[in-house]
Amino acid sequence: MNKLLKISPSPHVTGKETTGKLMFGVVIALLPALAATIWFFGWAALLVTAVSVVSCVIFEFLITKYILKKTPTINDGSAVVTGLLLAFCLPVNLPVWIIIIGALVAIGVAKMTFGGLGNNPFNPALVGRVFLFLSFPVQMTTWPVPRGFATGYADAETGATALSILNENYDKGNIDSLLNTPGSELPGYSQLFWGEMGGSLGEIAAFALILGLIYMLAKKIITWHIPVSILGTVAVFTALLWLANPSSNIDPLYHLMSGGLLLGAIFMATDYVTSPMSGRGMIVYGIGIGVITVLIRRFGAYPEGVQFAILIMNAFTPLINTYLKPVRFGEEVKHG
Amino acid sequence: MLKTFPKGGVHPPENKLSSVSPVEVLPTPQQVVIPVSQHIGAPASPVVKKGDMVKAGEVIATGQGFVSANIHSSVSGKVLKIDKMPDSTGYKQLSVIIDVEGDEWDPAIDRSETVVREISLSAEEIVKRCNAMGIVGMGGATFPSHVKLSVPPGKKCDILIINGVECEPYLTSDHRIMIERGEELLTGVTIIMKALGVERAIIGIENNKPDAIENLTSLAAAFSGISVQPLSVKYPQGGEKQLIRALIKREVPSGKLPIEVGTVVHNVGTAVAVYEAVQKNKPLIERVVTVTGKDLARPCNLLVRIGTPVADLINFAGGIPESTAKIVNGGPMMGKAISTPEVPVTKGTSGIILFTEEEAVRNPSGPCIRCGKCITACAMGLEPFLLMTLASRALTERMEKERIMDCMECGSCSYICPASRPLLDYIRLGKQLTGKVIRERSHK
Amino acid sequence: MSSTVLITIISLSTLGLLAAIVLFFVARKFKVYEDPRIDQVEEALPGANCGGCGFAGCRNFAEALVKAESFEGLNCPVGGSDTMKSAAEILGRVAPEVEPRVAVVRCNGTPEHSPRTNSYDGAPNCTIAHSVYGGETGCSYGCLGLGECVDACDFDAMYMDSVTELPVIIDDNCVACGACVRACPRDIIELRKKSKKERKIYVCCVNEDKGGPARKACKVACIGCGKCQQVCEFDAITIANNLAFIDSDKCKFCRKCEPVCPTGAILELNFPPRKPKEEKEAKVEA
Repeated sequence: MNKLLKISPSPHVTGKETTGKLMFGVVIALLPALAATIWFFGWAALLVTAVSVVSCVIFEFLITKYILKKTPTINDGSAVVTGLLLAFCLPVNLPVWIIIIGALVAIGVAKMTFGGLGNNPFNPALVGRVFLFLSFPVQMTTWPVPRGFATGYADAETGATALSILNENYDKGNIDSLLNTPGSELPGYSQLFWGEMGGSLGEIAAFALILGLIYMLAKKIITWHIPVSILGTVAVFTALLWLANPSSNIDPLYHLMSGGLLLGAIFMATDYVTSPMSGRGMIVYGIGIGVITVLIRRFGAYPEGVQFAILIMNAFTPLINTYLKPVRFGEEVKHG
Repeated sequence: MLKTFPKGGVHPPENKLSSVSPVEVLPTPQQVVIPVSQHIGAPASPVVKKGDMVKAGEVIATGQGFVSANIHSSVSGKVLKIDKMPDSTGYKQLSVIIDVEGDEWDPAIDRSETVVREISLSAEEIVKRCNAMGIVGMGGATFPSHVKLSVPPGKKCDILIINGVECEPYLTSDHRIMIERGEELLTGVTIIMKALGVERAIIGIENNKPDAIENLTSLAAAFSGISVQPLSVKYPQGGEKQLIRALIKREVPSGKLPIEVGTVVHNVGTAVAVYEAVQKNKPLIERVVTVTGKDLARPCNLLVRIGTPVADLINFAGGIPESTAKIVNGGPMMGKAISTPEVPVTKGTSGIILFTEEEAVRNPSGPCIRCGKCITACAMGLEPFLLMTLASRALTERMEKERIMDCMECGSCSYICPASRPLLDYIRLGKQLTGKVIRERSHK
Repeated sequence: MSSTVLITIISLSTLGLLAAIVLFFVARKFKVYEDPRIDQVEEALPGANCGGCGFAGCRNFAEALVKAESFEGLNCPVGGSDTMKSAAEILGRVAPEVEPRVAVVRCNGTPEHSPRTNSYDGAPNCTIAHSVYGGETGCSYGCLGLGECVDACDFDAMYMDSVTELPVIIDDNCVACGACVRACPRDIIELRKKSKKERKIYVCCVNEDKGGPARKACKVACIGCGKCQQVCEFDAITIANNLAFIDSDKCKFCRKCEPVCPTGAILELNFPPRKPKEEKEAKVEA
């Protein structure tokens, strides 16, 4: 024993969990959705994902090293997750240069200006996506129809997403007939579940996203509070609307499986940094996202509202953290 | 479903390497260093002087005030000097240093092996005896036991809880006591019940010690009012408030003692010490210490005289392995790292753990990713991440409002943090700052 | 179309007007009278909000100055006499003359002088380390080397020397605000009277152990032998708790104490070299 003994305050053992491992777990959970999207959109999907991930990592590296002059933090894997999530809410035929701009906004503006990992108030991937959505509305809303593995990058045939078809028809009052007509362009439930429909990369295959959720819950990467409260709220809210007027509203199951709701509820809203930290706070946050999503979907101008809903609730996170504290010990059971 | 406390908690690897090694008696050392402050409260004041001959069990320092404890010589021999010696923190503390000569015990001590079950002393006499014999909490907090053996006026106590949880990884000394000294332990519990005037006692044991549960359950049939309750394994179940919550579903309010909800908690080791003090007239001069570590040749449980250098224990267990990077006095979650094995064993030393480089070195800390795992892990329902930020900015008022003083420093937050942030280090700092402000305010 | 524009303009202007009226009355109603001199005095202060005066910031100090009967005990160490004089002028009072001071670190426990016996692996914060244990050396009084004082300094007057593992004070930048003194959990840093040419002579040790253990822990520890006290002609040196202390208000810089110190615990800095003898090697240039 020739080395000096170490001294530190207790505890002297630490858990195996690290930031890198948690982020890696999220990446694993996203893989089924990536596989599904490659299955339906071909290698173009992989190209978009790769461009997004690589440019996020590179931007993070460059900014930490040359602008912030800190040791680059790319090893923690958070940039990879941001890149994946950004790619997952883009259409598959988006030009590469737009993807790179999105990555720059996500990492450079939404994350690094606030001090990097742990300090950003808004979900970086969503900020990037919304920035692109507002700056390039045409490119961002042309959705290629899935044509399987062989789909080329630029020659994709485009079509409307389930939610945009619905959005145009809510006020016409013909939703039930639209859904029940064979051969209508509105995707059916099995298409929603397996993902064979138009839409952004990661949002199409409901089953793959649910697999990811199960994995993250099993690995204790996230808790049930946020996904369950979002999906539950959306289900209840849309059920009420649907029961009140079935001809101009779609049923809750359709709402849950369509659009970016599952992707948002499972992967975006649960982002550690921008979501509340106590169980009670998470539930309030989830309910808020659910309500805003349905409001935008059903009554707003945009067919999909989950991204805006999450960003709006991100803004409320500090407030929720301040007022909704965990239940302190000694407050649950009163005695004596 | 086994009982446990519902909020928070973590599951560190148990690593109970020495759970099957019976307690061995460590030979008396050449020299002992006995600090006069081995308990919470006022240090004792030495009553011997240089050159005095003492017997094992003789008082060498008397407790000062109500919350204090007598210190007895653990060996027979000559007082070499009374001087300031470094204790396990590296700070110097007044200690009595005795050169060992032979092993002559105070004749008043009954050293026979027979278990005396008949309790002849009255409740007041029990409290007085424990005070005289320097009994302190053996779980590690070393709170003078006599204070917890009488119910304060105006309060009621209806149930006694005995802590046999030993939720700290590695440690097995309580485990061995429950197996080997069950009858003494239960007699000790009966004595404490008599002192407190309660009819019922529950011994809480985590179910990773099935042999201890079995042993005590079968023995307890012969004692009235004592039951054994297995608990599922979760750290920090040995925390007083958590144990009370797990066993009898009562929550001690913030800043209050267990007596507020009609109960008192004692450790199994304390119960045996109380038994020895009351029935055998034996002061607290030796205790069971677990010596363990992954690379240690022979992890074991030793009966050690107070004041023995830690180095003697390690040598008995096979010597310091080459890979040792940290030596911890106590459990891995709440114990204190010591800078040299020359420091003495004290009344609160429940274990000596030798950590390898791989286990001991902390990971570099990263930025907080707000994952909320510390909140989930906190058994007191606090927000460690927030307390750390507040502590580093010395915002005492906010910290008090966020109930920083409720923190029992169990270390679950630092354990679970994926960014390896030193949460508890800063929370302790915050507790110091806040405690100072509170004390100043109450003095005004 | 034009009516929409008109309605918008009218409604917004009305709203603005209403808000302005409300604000006007609220401001009138809740106006707090403040002595205008507070603003003037605050102007005269350095505005660093360092807290060196003992108040939370410059404004609080200005308030205290305006309220106070005399300037006794009130001093801005950063601005020094000049600032206090200009503040006194505004208030029509007299500022007492205050000696400028400078911080000194009273520990010389470099790895060479004081061998490391263990290595600290906890949070890099002196107060935390201090409450955990005695420190990385055998000396439980000396510098922990984690730089809390440096973090506390608002004036770039301190840095950690990577070789000696001790903080160093840059005399030119030090304004004696005392932030480092308050930050240090071990009371190692002292504010001493500033002398001409930055000359300093002080006991560079705070170890209160007896001679033997102190010396064992650190080669340059003060052992409290009292030799310096005997040679001092100005009663500037006191010995308490096995530790000598040179009072900077009494010290006349005669330099008699430094050569008699058997351990080299007394340091003299920025003096011309002694003629007959050679420079002692234990010197640290500030």
